[in-house]
Amino acid sequence: MPEHIHKKINKITFGFFSPKMITDAAAAKVVTPELYDREGYPVDGGLMDIRLGVIDPGLRCKTCGGKLKECTGHFGYIELARPVIHIKFVRQILDLLKSSCKHCGRILVPEENIGKYSAILDKVEKEEGFEARRKMVKSIAAKYKLKEKCCHCDKKQGKIKIEKPYNYYEDEIKLSPIEIRARLEKISDSDLKVFGFNAKSIRPEWMVMTVLAIPPVTMRPSITLESGERSEDDLTHKLGDVVRINQRLFENINAGAPEVIIEDLWDLLQYHITTYFDNAVTQIPPARHRSGQVLKTLTDRIKSKEGRIRHNLAGKRTNFSARTVVSPDPMLKINEVGVPQDMANNLTVPERVTEWNFNYLKKFVENGPTKYPGANYVIRPDGKRKAITSETQEEILEELSVGFLVERHLIDGDIALFNRQPSLHRMSMMCHQVKVLPGRTLRLNPLVCNPYNADFDGDEMNLHIPQTEEARAEAEVLMLVQTQIISPRYGLSVVGCIQDAITGNFLITTDDNFSREDAIDMLYQAGVNDFSKLPDKPKINGQELFSVLLPAGFDFVGKDKSGTIVKIVNGILKSGVMDKSNLGQESGLMLRNIFEQYGDAFTADLLEKIAKLGVAVLLKKGFSVGIGDIDIVEKTQDDVKGVLDRAEEKIDQLIAQSKDGSLELLPGLDMAETLELRILEVLNKVRNESGDIVMKEVKESGILTMAKCGSRGNILNIAQMTAVVGQQALRGKRIERGFKDRTLSYFKKGDLTPRARGFIKNSFKSGLKPYEFFFGAMTGRDSLMDTALRTPKSGYLYRRLSNAMQDLKVEYDQTVRDANKRIVQFTFGDDGLDVSRTEGGIVNVKRIIETASLK
Amino acid sequence: MKKEIETQVDSYKGKLPPKILDEIKENLPDNITKDKLDKIMDKVMLAHNKAKIHAGECIGLISAESIGEPGTQMVLRTFHFAGVAEMNVTMGLPRLIEIFDARKTISTPTMEIYFKKKMTADQVKKFAASIKETTLGDIILGSPEVSLMDQVLKIKVDAGALDDLGMEMTDLTKLIKKKVKNFTINIEDNTFVLNYTGKIDEIKEIYSAGDKIKTIKLKGLKGITQVLPVKRDDEFVVLTAGTSLQSILEMDEVDIVRTNTNDLHEICKVLGVEAARQAIIDEACKVINAQGLNIDLRHIMLVADTMVIGGNIKGITRYGVVSEKASVLARASFETPIVHIINATLVGEEDKLNSVVENVMVNQPVPLGTGLPGLITKMK
Repeated sequence: MPEHIHKKINKITFGFFSPKMITDAAAAKVVTPELYDREGYPVDGGLMDIRLGVIDPGLRCKTCGGKLKECTGHFGYIELARPVIHIKFVRQILDLLKSSCKHCGRILVPEENIGKYSAILDKVEKEEGFEARRKMVKSIAAKYKLKEKCCHCDKKQGKIKIEKPYNYYEDEIKLSPIEIRARLEKISDSDLKVFGFNAKSIRPEWMVMTVLAIPPVTMRPSITLESGERSEDDLTHKLGDVVRINQRLFENINAGAPEVIIEDLWDLLQYHITTYFDNAVTQIPPARHRSGQVLKTLTDRIKSKEGRIRHNLAGKRTNFSARTVVSPDPMLKINEVGVPQDMANNLTVPERVTEWNFNYLKKFVENGPTKYPGANYVIRPDGKRKAITSETQEEILEELSVGFLVERHLIDGDIALFNRQPSLHRMSMMCHQVKVLPGRTLRLNPLVCNPYNADFDGDEMNLHIPQTEEARAEAEVLMLVQTQIISPRYGLSVVGCIQDAITGNFLITTDDNFSREDAIDMLYQAGVNDFSKLPDKPKINGQELFSVLLPAGFDFVGKDKSGTIVKIVNGILKSGVMDKSNLGQESGLMLRNIFEQYGDAFTADLLEKIAKLGVAVLLKKGFSVGIGDIDIVEKTQDDVKGVLDRAEEKIDQLIAQSKDGSLELLPGLDMAETLELRILEVLNKVRNESGDIVMKEVKESGILTMAKCGSRGNILNIAQMTAVVGQQALRGKRIERGFKDRTLSYFKKGDLTPRARGFIKNSFKSGLKPYEFFFGAMTGRDSLMDTALRTPKSGYLYRRLSNAMQDLKVEYDQTVRDANKRIVQFTFGDDGLDVSRTEGGIVNVKRIIETASLK
Repeated sequence: MKKEIETQVDSYKGKLPPKILDEIKENLPDNITKDKLDKIMDKVMLAHNKAKIHAGECIGLISAESIGEPGTQMVLRTFHFAGVAEMNVTMGLPRLIEIFDARKTISTPTMEIYFKKKMTADQVKKFAASIKETTLGDIILGSPEVSLMDQVLKIKVDAGALDDLGMEMTDLTKLIKKKVKNFTINIEDNTFVLNYTGKIDEIKEIYSAGDKIKTIKLKGLKGITQVLPVKRDDEFVVLTAGTSLQSILEMDEVDIVRTNTNDLHEICKVLGVEAARQAIIDEACKVINAQGLNIDLRHIMLVADTMVIGGNIKGITRYGVVSEKASVLARASFETPIVHIINATLVGEEDKLNSVVENVMVNQPVPLGTGLPGLITKMK
């Protein structure tokens, strides 16, 4: 079996292609701007010369003999009639010209001081980077230049100026690239060192180009349009211009044309080569297509998010992946993902044929691509890939033998990676086991929504199938959902019960009794088969019912949402209720403790059971919400109204006081600000007071239950529905914008009363007044804006953080170091603990002592 | 607690962090026996070692994720409806970005000044007034009057305010003389009358003199534009807008331990880089806690450490931390790729492919986690 030998790239050295290297590396010299001859065959010495590689199927590369996709292409070159400045090095050339002698080429620093300055410069470069060094060299040389004489040969120096983008002047006389090149040639290697240049990788005269490398054809393929016409790549267009002008320049020089014409052509050549490198240079117009569209040249290809580096190199595309809408399936395990049949037929897993699995794999091939579970391709030991079709099936079955790879369909239990964008943390991509299901959506257990931050309002998610044994093993061991239950951000569970699952468990654990039959029925629905933990009596109370799920021997002391103590002794829930703070995600230590003591698989299993039990309870008992839930008795309504009236009265007083100046000023504020602050204080009190009244008086209902156990909604929501919506805030203040001195034309000018400044007196049930509704809409829009503005900001912060810190890792000596092996921390977080292995960031000493001393 | 028990716990010093040892001592029951304690210590050791971070863990990325992910949940502006008089300080995402950028000028610099001794409200008020930067412009009534006909500039001063400052008109005359030239100064009860003596056509100079005089500093510390004495628990604290840590800390009545500013660079300059690191952690925590988010302190510490590793504060920007990376490709993949590549050619830089992105680019395993260990087999 031939194995690929993977070469490892050890390092990449950056440098400048010298003219000699360009000509040496070139496979062809380009001499004509023509691309194809009349038959459509690439012209020899043209830009599409087949010595530079091939892009047409059927043709063979003249240099290496490879066909399309075999030959990666070869560079060519053109000889420039006159030297041209490389636009990306304009600043460096300027610095060198300014800081070196025009006669002897030495740096304009006295010999005896060079050593001293070099040391300083090296230090600057180390601390502040290369750019800082460049600036410093310039300033040092400028100091000596004031003398206007070279300190080595004592000759007078001119004043060098640049006219952007690429024209240099000395004492107002233009320097031609030829002169510049001659001067740069004179600079010695040792002087270059002072500038921080490495003479081995770059000689300054190379920055003025005499030959231009032509990139391989494969780098700029042409596309054939439907009409059969060829459309060339932008780079080819630009290079065509360069070659054309270059040839013209040659001809004119040879013909002895007047200097003016040559100068013009030379300038044009400089323009074309400049835009070839960078089409966004300021001061010069960008080169365009005939249609007026700006050409995308070399710089545009590399930079920005859509450029080569971020789009193609740092981010890559993959096969064996799928994407579709997700929907919930509470009957799945949290480690599972439901894959639609259609996907399973197209996604494949390669399996190597051995003596032992020959018959097993043969069955897949026999089924072929259409019958599930089948196989789509086989790969022969020589690497040839064959599609299984009804025609080839017979033949493939015959030759199938040990060493073949069969790409079989996805079956239950296969390993898959499941991902939802934005992938903000490592739980955004987890490993699931495949469960092939009918339907057309990907299914996941609603308990794992939280780590993915998914909901089912049309969210789409991606599925990837690892193709090698190593990848599958790594995915399963490191990325399986159950291994990711504890968040590395805060050391608590990110997976937890949601909504109905919490409500159900809350209801049974508060105070409830069931007949033994009902209890067993519900437990069975939750996936429990062993009822030995259920007390042997006809009436089972809810706590006993819940305790059946808990492992025997589990001890836990914690708090529930209302603050009462939750006590679990030996696997029996003794006191407290099960609500969000113990079952929910991102809170509570109960799940964390179970994970610690019983491991990931057990926790995953328990979570599923708890959630199913919650739902089963609701199915048995029934649970609903109606408009009647938010009714309140008249007396309460009057109470709330009383609070509101009193507040309004108080505010009227405050306003009156401020008008006659008797309001006491708060430190650092003027009258208007003081008044505003005092009014806010009063209104704030109103909200809290009315909320309290409502909570006291509201009747037991589904909505209240949900708010109490934390499965959905909170007390504020209930108060807003039943009693009063409250103050609408815009930019941290009461609403004050709109018309001059008033929010709406409905109010009087300068009206500072609550209702004119966005206080909604009605409840959602009683209905809003038009102006109240409008204020609500204002804040609603404001929060939409807030979200829209925040997302890119925080995204950028995240990108910067991850880019800056991605190479920090924990070394074998527990130090945190970066890629240079610089120590960032001696131990991570001062104690070397992995947050995802701690309980909310700590080692729980208390529990250890308690459990130890109990025994 | 018995002495021997305590020494037994202390013998684990170096193996367990001091905080855990303290916690053990605190929670041990009184009647603990030596054998039981041994068992407990073994268990604590086991739990601690189990929680230890694994070698090769890409902790930098985990920390970055831990801070970046909740960033999306943060609100851009926080509304405090509490109604309490507090200084208006930038919070939320913008402040977090400001901290990690290590901006030189922050949007709302503030200080919290604590006092050594308990002070009365009046004392605190007086102190606050004394540090507030007061300029001549603050005590002018109306605006400077210019009479072009007479070439005269008239500035009327609030006598009451001047009294509060404990200054006389003549004191101000000296200050004004220093600031502006070509004027003769006369005092007409609370008004300065400045006669212009310079060139006739330079009318602009008279106007600009008015503006210049307004900026004359009379009192207080430079930069402190607002002061607000606040009662916290049972002592007074002075909150300021604008900071001047050095000069505040030099004052006798100020408690230098608790007094603080939110300007990271100022802390770095005055108290050194270790203090700056702590300040980054504190400030970031303040923002995160105010938002009710839960991020482990260790992650914030790591970010703070990466920011100050060079001995001064560097922001998480292309000019700061990212520019210090060894790898050309890693820098290029962040921002301004062309600049990095060009500079790399000039120095002939080598990319040793030691970190993550470069290896992703060349399709090689990254040297983190399971990509870290190598296995060498002897070929027969």
